[in-house]
Amino acid sequence: MTKADIVENIYEKVGFSKKEATDVVESIFELLKGHLQQGEKVKISGFGNFIINAKRPRKGRNPQTGEEIIISGRRVLSFKPSPVLKKSINPGELS
Amino acid sequence: MTKRDLIEEVAQQYPRFSRREAEVMVNAVFDSMTEALAKGERIEIRGFGSFMVKQRTAREGRNPRTGAIVSVAAKRVPLFKVGKELRLRVDGQTLPDGFLDDDDETEVAEEHGE
Repeated sequence: MTKADIVENIYEKVGFSKKEATDVVESIFELLKGHLQQGEKVKISGFGNFIINAKRPRKGRNPQTGEEIIISGRRVLSFKPSPVLKKSINPGELS
Repeated sequence: MTKRDLIEEVAQQYPRFSRREAEVMVNAVFDSMTEALAKGERIEIRGFGSFMVKQRTAREGRNPRTGAIVSVAAKRVPLFKVGKELRLRVDGQTLPDGFLDDDDETEVAEEHGE
């Protein structure tokens, strides 16, 4: 599934023009990216949370040469699926 | 930011839609993504990242409090891989001129469930 397929689904479901559906889907992902770039946590109820974690610098090794290197500190994005999403992809499961 | 805030921002950006219409569209986006994952489909959003479903086999786990052995059933888990553009932006790096996200150098953010 790509953005184009999402647009197609929205267009069929809500009946706005395809141009409008395309613009809105594009805007939704741009808005999400903008907030995440600011280091903000994004919570989409029923889907999941996008969380920014700060990683401290750590020692690593170049697996090819065995040379020890320092991996710099960085901010990374992780996704924590909502229980609702987990349930949707595991149908027929108790609890 | 919550889904409610996102709906609000979409409504502000598109004055020709009512708040209700913005809500319907935002929900439709996440609903259609959920449906795709439920079908086991992979989702790829250029510049943002990709979602996929991975099968986990049944295993023996332990209740960390009591140490009792419990069996954990096989299940499918959703995974998200951040796209290159978003990965760089989140880390405060500037995108190179003419940057094109081909999403081929992504890091896996795995979530192993409970």
